Amino acid sequence: MTERLDGPQAAGGGESAAGASSGPRETPADPSPNSPSSPTSPSSPGSSGGSPAAASPSPSTSTSGSTGSPAAAGPPVRLGPSPKLAVLFLLPALLLLAAWMIYPVVYSIWRSLYDATGDRFVGLSNYISIFTDSSTLTTIRNNVIWVVVAPIIVTALGLIFAVLTERIRWATAFKLVLFMPMAVSLLAAGVIFRLVYEQDPDKGVANAIITTIHDTFSSGASYPGARPRENDQAPAVVQDGAVVTRQPAQPGTPVLIPLVGIGQDLMQDAPPAKAAPAPGGDGLSGTVWLDVVRGGGGTLNQIDPQEKGLGGITVEAVSGGVVKATTETAADGTFRFTGLPSGSYVVRLPQSNFTAPFNGLTWLGPTLITPAIIGAYIWVWAGFAMVLIAAGLSAIPRDALEAARIDGATEWQVFRKITVPLLSPVLLVVFVTMIINVLKVFDLVFIIAPGSVQPQANVIALEMWRVSFGGGGNQGMGSALSIFLLVLVVPFMIFNIRRFRRDEG
Amino acid sequence: MTTLAEPRQAQAIERGLVTRVVDRLGGGVVQVFMILVALFWLIPTLGLLVVSLRGETDNNSSGWWTLFTKPAQLTFDNYSSLLASGFSSSFWNTVLITVPSTVLVIGIAAMAAYAFAWIEFPGRDTVFLVVIALLVVPVQIALIPIAKLYGTLGIFGSILGVVLFHVAFGLPFAIFLLRNFFVGVPRELLEAARMDGAPEWRIFATVVFPLAKPAIASLGIFQFLWVWNDLLVALVFADTENQPMTKALQSQMRQFGTNVDILAPGAFLSLIIPLVLFFAFQRYFVQGMLAGSVK
Repeated sequence: MTERLDGPQAAGGGESAAGASSGPRETPADPSPNSPSSPTSPSSPGSSGGSPAAASPSPSTSTSGSTGSPAAAGPPVRLGPSPKLAVLFLLPALLLLAAWMIYPVVYSIWRSLYDATGDRFVGLSNYISIFTDSSTLTTIRNNVIWVVVAPIIVTALGLIFAVLTERIRWATAFKLVLFMPMAVSLLAAGVIFRLVYEQDPDKGVANAIITTIHDTFSSGASYPGARPRENDQAPAVVQDGAVVTRQPAQPGTPVLIPLVGIGQDLMQDAPPAKAAPAPGGDGLSGTVWLDVVRGGGGTLNQIDPQEKGLGGITVEAVSGGVVKATTETAADGTFRFTGLPSGSYVVRLPQSNFTAPFNGLTWLGPTLITPAIIGAYIWVWAGFAMVLIAAGLSAIPRDALEAARIDGATEWQVFRKITVPLLSPVLLVVFVTMIINVLKVFDLVFIIAPGSVQPQANVIALEMWRVSFGGGGNQGMGSALSIFLLVLVVPFMIFNIRRFRRDEG
Repeated sequence: MTTLAEPRQAQAIERGLVTRVVDRLGGGVVQVFMILVALFWLIPTLGLLVVSLRGETDNNSSGWWTLFTKPAQLTFDNYSSLLASGFSSSFWNTVLITVPSTVLVIGIAAMAAYAFAWIEFPGRDTVFLVVIALLVVPVQIALIPIAKLYGTLGIFGSILGVVLFHVAFGLPFAIFLLRNFFVGVPRELLEAARMDGAPEWRIFATVVFPLAKPAIASLGIFQFLWVWNDLLVALVFADTENQPMTKALQSQMRQFGTNVDILAPGAFLSLIIPLVLFFAFQRYFVQGMLAGSVK
């Protein structure tokens, strides 16, 4: 394990080590974007840590050596400076850490046992309400979704991209594009995705793409509101949302389906309706049109010259309640079935013709908001994962891969049985880093979720801010939430310490 | 021997051919896939840029991608009205917060890291483990206590308070990073200097610090980006007259729909400097790596 983490380091991968360091790093840095730095960080800290390590026998020896060497050097000169000097060098840092990080932990624990104003001791009741209040339970549920979904996707995408960049010539450009979002503030990323997720397909690019794809695969136009006239003379009636002819089609006579209820302005550019040519023996034909003349006039239920055909409507030939054939009207509103088995047919225009057009997904609504924000998060972080994993990848001994290939292993087997296991330390670092980061996610949720759906999108870090500063005014509850957050990251604190100890030998 | 070897060779050639064909085909798929991925990553930012360069009526009536058919929509009006509205003061606040935070972290962390790496003192390892533990402490934990503390000290809302907060929370990573680098500095250099009787602060300033330039450069850019891009700390500790760009923009989010002509150029202005710096330092990182490996 250790060796492999070091390996990349020495091998100019350096970055994997960086991975280690940047992992924790972005954490203190906290949810905020600075993490952008981390992807970059890999290279330099790694290089820094790595290359000297490679040059000298090993970093650990030099450290521990320093302890031993004065003694080993034997008698005389004490080369090292006195411990007192260390105090001078450490003082500013330790003062800041004590006052801004350690004291707050102690204060928060104490404060979390008091009520909103801090006047009354309430014991653990703030903590109890975290787990009983339905709004904080939603918050916790959202955090669970985040932790389960986001780190896995980010790590998996990072791995896929890292492996695939080895197969393209423009790998550097690709990497730059992917981790560019990390230099961008999460606020800016949030604004970017608010624009992407706009509901109107004419504004939001996500819905523009989705509706385009949807419209390519679903045939036919849509005429919401179109309906037959409601009187006895009308040749068609509404049945379960569909429009059906009153009488079975007469052989040799075109079917007429006049509709109303569509604004004429929408139809301005449509070609005029035409009477369908009479069908042959086994055929059936007809016209679907807007039976309204601009400015009035015209004959009811007859195709007048100025009337517009309704193109793209799905038409079904139904016999005995079963759909026997389906076709679509041409731009002039005509349709034609041929080769129908003999029988009595009614013509039906199914309901799908009259439903409102597909307008994309409500990304920022209560149901999709968390997946939508996770999407933005992945956009921000996939580059980080990719860069770290690519560094680890470049340190894998090529011989091992080549040997497996020569032995006849497929690319997939090489990937599954060699690449992934060899990368597992780096993957673990990326994964853990992402979990820590996700636990503290704040900015993206705060910015992307519109105020009205923030309760549905809420996460612990955001709830902490809302409760204590964003109008909640309950610092007892806020303190309890921040301690809860701290407790959640403690396992990763221990993970970091263990890994450090192991790496130092 | 030869009879055995020949079929094997033939097999190898054949397999080579098959893999080459598969590779070629697979390669095409990979190319297309990667191009799609890259587009996926580029389009959102491109959208922000284009929206920031279109007038309000255009943005309300059509998608930004129509720019490609009607380039005449381009205008800098949003930017000029944004700057006229006083946004530039929040830009300067961002600079006033970011630069001192970065410089102070580098200085303070470098001293501490030097002590951890090269000065013997009792409990050194334990203290360093505490620093590592602090790496993951969430910012949230300090918001309420420090707000109270700043209230007592009378620096709540000031730039100083924001800077100190960023310095403190930047320290664990900074110390960790620099200490790991310092430890790798060849012992002989230090011992030679100590032999010569150089005082410790001078060894620090003239031997170790200069050698650590690559690490310091990368630390610098991390801290810079972190502070520059921060929203939460500013939200709590900076009052309106001292607010950085992120907070100024956040306050416009409530009416997102009507404020796009402020938010889009503002967000783009806020990300352009980190982006430029990021690309510029990319090269610096590479140089630092090379220098490190040569040494």
